[in-house]
Amino acid sequence: MAAIEVVDLAKTYGDLKAVDGVSLEVAEGEFVGILGPNGAGKTTTLEMIEGLRRPDGGSVTVLGEPVWPRNAGLLPRMGVQLQASSFFERLTAREQIHTFASMYGVPASAADDWLERVGLAGAGASTDKAETRVEDLSGGQAQRLSIACALVHDPEVVFLDEPTASLDPQARRNLWDLLSGLNDSGRTVVLTTHYMDEAEVLCDRVAIMDAGRVLQVDTPAALVRGLDAPARITVAPGQLDADAARAIAGVDDVTASVDGVVLTTRRPGPVLAHLAENDVLDGVRVQTGTLEDVFLELTGREYRA
Amino acid sequence: MRRQSPFVAISLAIVRGFVRDKASVFFALIFPLMFLVLFGGILGDQGQSKVDLIQVGDVSVIDDLPDDARAAFDDSFEVTESDDLDAAIAEVRKGDADVAVEMQGDTLVAHYTQTDQVKAGITQGTLRAFVDGANVALLEQEAGTGAPVSFRADRVEDDSLSTIQFITPGLLGWAVAMSAAFGAAATLQGWRQSKLLRRLQLAPVSTRTVVGARVTVAIGIALVQMAVFVLLGTLAFGLTLTGSWWMAIPLLVIGTLCFMSLGLLAGAITTTTEGAVNAANFMVLPMAFLSGSFFPLDDAPGWLRAVSDVLPLKHLNEGMLNVLVRGEGPASALVPMAILAGFAIVVTLVAARLFKWETA
Repeated sequence: MAAIEVVDLAKTYGDLKAVDGVSLEVAEGEFVGILGPNGAGKTTTLEMIEGLRRPDGGSVTVLGEPVWPRNAGLLPRMGVQLQASSFFERLTAREQIHTFASMYGVPASAADDWLERVGLAGAGASTDKAETRVEDLSGGQAQRLSIACALVHDPEVVFLDEPTASLDPQARRNLWDLLSGLNDSGRTVVLTTHYMDEAEVLCDRVAIMDAGRVLQVDTPAALVRGLDAPARITVAPGQLDADAARAIAGVDDVTASVDGVVLTTRRPGPVLAHLAENDVLDGVRVQTGTLEDVFLELTGREYRA
Repeated sequence: MRRQSPFVAISLAIVRGFVRDKASVFFALIFPLMFLVLFGGILGDQGQSKVDLIQVGDVSVIDDLPDDARAAFDDSFEVTESDDLDAAIAEVRKGDADVAVEMQGDTLVAHYTQTDQVKAGITQGTLRAFVDGANVALLEQEAGTGAPVSFRADRVEDDSLSTIQFITPGLLGWAVAMSAAFGAAATLQGWRQSKLLRRLQLAPVSTRTVVGARVTVAIGIALVQMAVFVLLGTLAFGLTLTGSWWMAIPLLVIGTLCFMSLGLLAGAITTTTEGAVNAANFMVLPMAFLSGSFFPLDDAPGWLRAVSDVLPLKHLNEGMLNVLVRGEGPASALVPMAILAGFAIVVTLVAARLFKWETA
């Protein structure tokens, strides 16, 4: 059984079709990312799946039950993290998660366990932030607490809306370690993001969204493979001149830049072998297609996060 | 560890949020108390001044005082003479004079009010002493030259109240109105902006539980305000509560609901927390002046009093005065309570119509 079934979902604000016929199926235990630039309709889609907004068209079922109107029986089985840090003001991290635990009828010990798991308390934590007020937490710590509050009742399905937005790259990567284990125990996770690398690292499957539509859904690798994008091999400056590069079998195009000579090829294997024979592999960089290229291919325009 | 009910957990979270917000605590308690101390301390300190006495017609006891006794009398009393007894008593009733004296046959009658108990005591005691002194002097003279004078004190039914008696209910009404309105406005805006409202919508707790917790905390704050005001007023400034003072409790509960609804309205029509608090301030502060929280409206022009009648705070203040200090029965709070409840319902409905989930 699919954990989440979204069929032809639509939402219009005035003249703007914020969500325009989105369909998506998420299997139990799957980690699915909704990837798209700001304003693509990711959050509106997610909030309709959570049951926060009434769809103008289409239907959503989570764990086999409709989410709209507010389905009280379903709420304890769902965990949500909204885009903003939705906290009670001036509580400490521990008081915060205890309050959420009480709302879900979960003992305080479970809340304390989660505080440790997200690295805000206990021996494993670099700094103990349990008694720090939420206003004084860093962006990354606040997101960790927010995620812990979403998970405190051990939900079967978790929705995370841009959990790493506005974090610095270091904090973002730290959070990935926490997020990547979320579906280990069979939990279903849906996350929105506008970071390509994040979707690539975390998600089993990625739905690429733009202008209210899902353009394609697949595993990150399959999306890139389907793109049939050429590889770009950059040889460090001064090791290979452009004419020699053009002579290598399999090279489609050569451009020279301050970074070195860039060889474009659809057969990177033989080209790399040739470079190895000529001993110019020092400092070589190989880039294959990325999700960004997929996005460009699908929409015909640059990705703007 | 015992599990808390969602209601208790949310209430506790709100209470913690309140007591840790120094600005909220300041405006709910310290700020109004500053006014109480100011008014109670400055205006209430009139015990040492002379007693204003109006002498109506000839009063032999005073007129015939020997010079040294007359000097002593003038130390205690500021004497004005008058021929009109009714006008004199009216002045006493309004609080412009403390006592009016006249002779009724051989009896010296003092018309006084109980407004200021200290002055009333001084007035009665001193006048009695002078009458006794005059009678003793009379006995020492040959018999038959004058009839002894007796003394009677007549209490005038007053509608003026001493400063502390008047100012405590009014300031308390203002303090409760202010913190209820600010609290509701700031909570609605803050929770909407942090999406906590949305988050709670996705938690398995009913709207009733969340609203109930917020209202319960607001009522608790109002009752703490009442306790602090009444204690400080009684202990430091001689406030005397009258019989049905306990009716102030249900009155304050309804008043809190009424001003929370105004706060919800302020929160619904604004888009930022600062805007919401400013809007609440804009509603409550002028209302406090127009509703007699700071000074009585008895002498205000008729149109102003007509305006004040449509303001909920006026009715809260009226009810508070009735039961806290005017000594009226419990029923005197019922009409104000009904009016406040009506306000609460109408304003809540309007606020609910204007409410939007999103601030953008």
